[in-house]
Amino acid sequence: MAAGIRTSRNGSDVAVVGGGLVGLAVALGIQEKGQQVTIYDEGDIAFRASRGNFGLVWVQGKGDSYPAYANLSRLSARLWGDMAASLEESTGIDLQLSQKGGLFVCLSESELSQRANMLDQMAANHSEGYPFEVLDHQQLKEMVPEIGPEVAGATWGPEDGHVNPLYLMRALLKRFTSLGGKLINSAAINSVQPINGQFHLHSADGRYVSDKVVLAAGLGNKKLASMVGIEAPIFPNRGQVLIAERVKHFLDYPTGHVRQTAEGTIQCGDSKEDVGFDSGTTTDVIADIARRAVTMFPLLKDVRLIRSWGALRIMTPDGHPIYQQSEEFPGAFLVTCHSGVTLAAAHAGPIADWIAEGNPDPVLNLEKFHANRFQV
Amino acid sequence: MPTDSRFNRLPVSEKGLVSICIEGQTITALEGESVAAAVLQAGVRPSRTTPVTDSGRAPFCMMGVCFDCLMEIDGKPNTQACMTEVRDGMVVNIQRGARQVLGDDL
Amino acid sequence: MNSNQFDLAIIGAGPAGMSAASTAAKQGLKVLLLDEQPRPGGQIYRNIGSPALKDRQILGPDYYYGEKLLTAFSGAGVTYLHGATVWEVTTDNILYVSVKGESRRFEFNKLLIATGAQERPSPFPGWTLPGVMTCGAAQILLKTSGLTPPGPIVIAGSGPLLLLISCQLIRAGIKIDAILDTTPGKNYRSALPEFLGALKGWRFVLKGMRMLSEIRKAGIQQLSGVTGLSADQDESGNLSAVTYYDNKGHQQTLSCSSLLVHQGVIPNSQLTRSLGLAHVWDEVQKCWKPELNKWGQSSHPDILVAGDSAGIGGALAAELQGKLAVFEIVRQRDAGSATSGNNEIEQEKAIQELQQQLVIRPFLDRLYSPAEEFMSPPDETIVCRCEEVTAGEIRSLANDGCRGPNQTKAFCRAGMGPCQGRQCGTTVSSLLASELKASPAQVGYYNIRAPIKPLTLGELATIGNADSNC
Repeated sequence: MAAGIRTSRNGSDVAVVGGGLVGLAVALGIQEKGQQVTIYDEGDIAFRASRGNFGLVWVQGKGDSYPAYANLSRLSARLWGDMAASLEESTGIDLQLSQKGGLFVCLSESELSQRANMLDQMAANHSEGYPFEVLDHQQLKEMVPEIGPEVAGATWGPEDGHVNPLYLMRALLKRFTSLGGKLINSAAINSVQPINGQFHLHSADGRYVSDKVVLAAGLGNKKLASMVGIEAPIFPNRGQVLIAERVKHFLDYPTGHVRQTAEGTIQCGDSKEDVGFDSGTTTDVIADIARRAVTMFPLLKDVRLIRSWGALRIMTPDGHPIYQQSEEFPGAFLVTCHSGVTLAAAHAGPIADWIAEGNPDPVLNLEKFHANRFQV
Repeated sequence: MPTDSRFNRLPVSEKGLVSICIEGQTITALEGESVAAAVLQAGVRPSRTTPVTDSGRAPFCMMGVCFDCLMEIDGKPNTQACMTEVRDGMVVNIQRGARQVLGDDL
Repeated sequence: MNSNQFDLAIIGAGPAGMSAASTAAKQGLKVLLLDEQPRPGGQIYRNIGSPALKDRQILGPDYYYGEKLLTAFSGAGVTYLHGATVWEVTTDNILYVSVKGESRRFEFNKLLIATGAQERPSPFPGWTLPGVMTCGAAQILLKTSGLTPPGPIVIAGSGPLLLLISCQLIRAGIKIDAILDTTPGKNYRSALPEFLGALKGWRFVLKGMRMLSEIRKAGIQQLSGVTGLSADQDESGNLSAVTYYDNKGHQQTLSCSSLLVHQGVIPNSQLTRSLGLAHVWDEVQKCWKPELNKWGQSSHPDILVAGDSAGIGGALAAELQGKLAVFEIVRQRDAGSATSGNNEIEQEKAIQELQQQLVIRPFLDRLYSPAEEFMSPPDETIVCRCEEVTAGEIRSLANDGCRGPNQTKAFCRAGMGPCQGRQCGTTVSSLLASELKASPAQVGYYNIRAPIKPLTLGELATIGNADSNC
């Protein structure tokens, strides 16, 4: 589709509903193709998974029973370096990406052996290889001397890493707008109406028209997707994260539960609870997170917690993303996942290409991410 | 050009005295006063440098709100000096940049 | 009721908290009073139990008035924990408090938040330099230690506390080199219509005039209409001078070793915010405050707020508000019973006294409304002291599409440091409001969540582990 086919003064080629990490990455990828994209976002207070995530670019263990998801995560992790470099160059924002490998620390022997079995299984399912190592306490201690005496060991994934997710968001937005992308963030989109091959978006502030619409509204997708003929069984899953004060650098690698950011702050997470639409924090859960962090790294005992937040993950019944074009209303796309950081490079790359140009890259195995997999 | 950064003591009512060591300098403080007050009296300026740009700071609000009086007190880094009372024999040092994590128990 | 359960938990042992505690104890309530400081008094009566200064003239009778409150409270049979930092209160009537590095858990039927005020964060270039301190801080040093700042001393800003600390230093024989009054000239005009009303509070007006004359008599250089305030540093990064524009627009520089600054006080809203209570933006006082009824009842049925944390009214108003909140709690308790209405006379009297106390506020609030340069400072000014984020960065984020302080916080870390936004929250909201041509009420405030004061991971890790303790 050629740029410049405006359907109305308020219109654009592609409307992206949702200005979180998912929406921004997809929007940037499409805008880079020369199509006019407008992102519609809520204001300052919204459920924001993008502001409340842990910042991991993570591969190990993801998609353990779903090779297509495992492959997508790995593909995105591989594309991440290039995306970060290009964003840094164009925006001047350092994303603090580090992909030197990551650890999943296990407190008990049984947890460690379960995890090792799972990764073994994954390696068996991936003919091209699935790199990981299992480290016992001693091996782990050689790598990370600060590890606590009660830790059984860890699994090591060389493809894992971490990034500053907030700076990622800022850089995506900056790049997007610098390419002429538009952001309208005064009100939530309440409805999408397919009319004569176009899409009419309604918010409290007005009505907007576009040729294509990408639903990347996180939890808001459930309602909107049904308006374009897609059943999206998505639900919230709360994660709570603690942020402690800046300390001098001591931790070289991110772990699944504790990481040190480039600023020196310590992040501890994460929890999974089914609590509905409540993004608050709860004392018992943050205490559990603190306990686990201190068991893993006893030296964190006297480090001060500064902030905590809860954020709502966007879950599907199998935990994997949905990427789907509406069959009933072609031009409407649903993009939803709970790993907007890891998958950002895939979203800005091949997923955006698919939306902009059709013909998905076969490597994506997109049919595996269709929501009809839940209708069995 | 101002040179002396020491706060001055007006005549005070009868109070116990304690000795504390600030950056190697032993000073006498009033029982019950805050470490931040003692540090200002000792003229230690700045009392910390920031983890972001290493710029100097000193007690600003004296009521526990601004966190600019963070110091290393008895080996404990990033401690609010304005919220900590002096104790005889206390050792107080400037907090320089980001704190250390402590390997050993205090 | 076990030892961790109370009819009424009060947070803050200033005038509101102390008077509420003694009133409540008299009404037969089991009361817990928690205070972060080592001794009761709050900031206004800080250290009132063992004042440092030998000469009682220096701080004057308004300070020593606090002794009366302290005496009443000390004999009241209240459970009082000092050095007790409340780091979380939940909406289901549980609070967590850190005492000497250990957390304790308490349950309450009613909660009275009396956490007082903090000085308004009033950023200007150089306000982070060692040597710059708030007027409130200088006063606390007088109260607790009898310490005075090293000269040359310049005092800059606006508000009654600016005059008060000046007089107190004068009485202590300390030389003040200059007082730079930043009160905008237009404030005199906007306050004027309130002056007649203020005359009903003639005692306050008289007090203000006495302070002004004390300063004049001391022969101190006092400049009005000062703008463009900035602090300069020497080669070691400490304060060396203050630069400003006088009311004729000429730039001036004064060498100084101490710069005491003040732009009024605002409610300490961290706790009320963390509870998700409804807040309103007070356009005259230029601050947020919790939405309350006349008894101090918040949007949560079991939580009341009194004193300056409910909106700035001063120490005597706080004392009365503390009392009134307790009368309301007792009224709710006794509703329908034989004892209901017992306190009506005393209650009515307190309401009238409170009105008398507050009669001066419309005038004071308009007169001492902060100058625009402190609400929306020049680009190079640090607004977030912890993360060293400048006003210019906030403005540029507003232009990049950020619509509120939680978005700017995510993008530039303003508000993420150890002070948890206490020193930048109102500024960031004001800056965004002025960039986005909206009101601070529309722009909103940081989401505040537990812990509302930093606590160690080790301490947090003990919660739920040791039942005896938590």
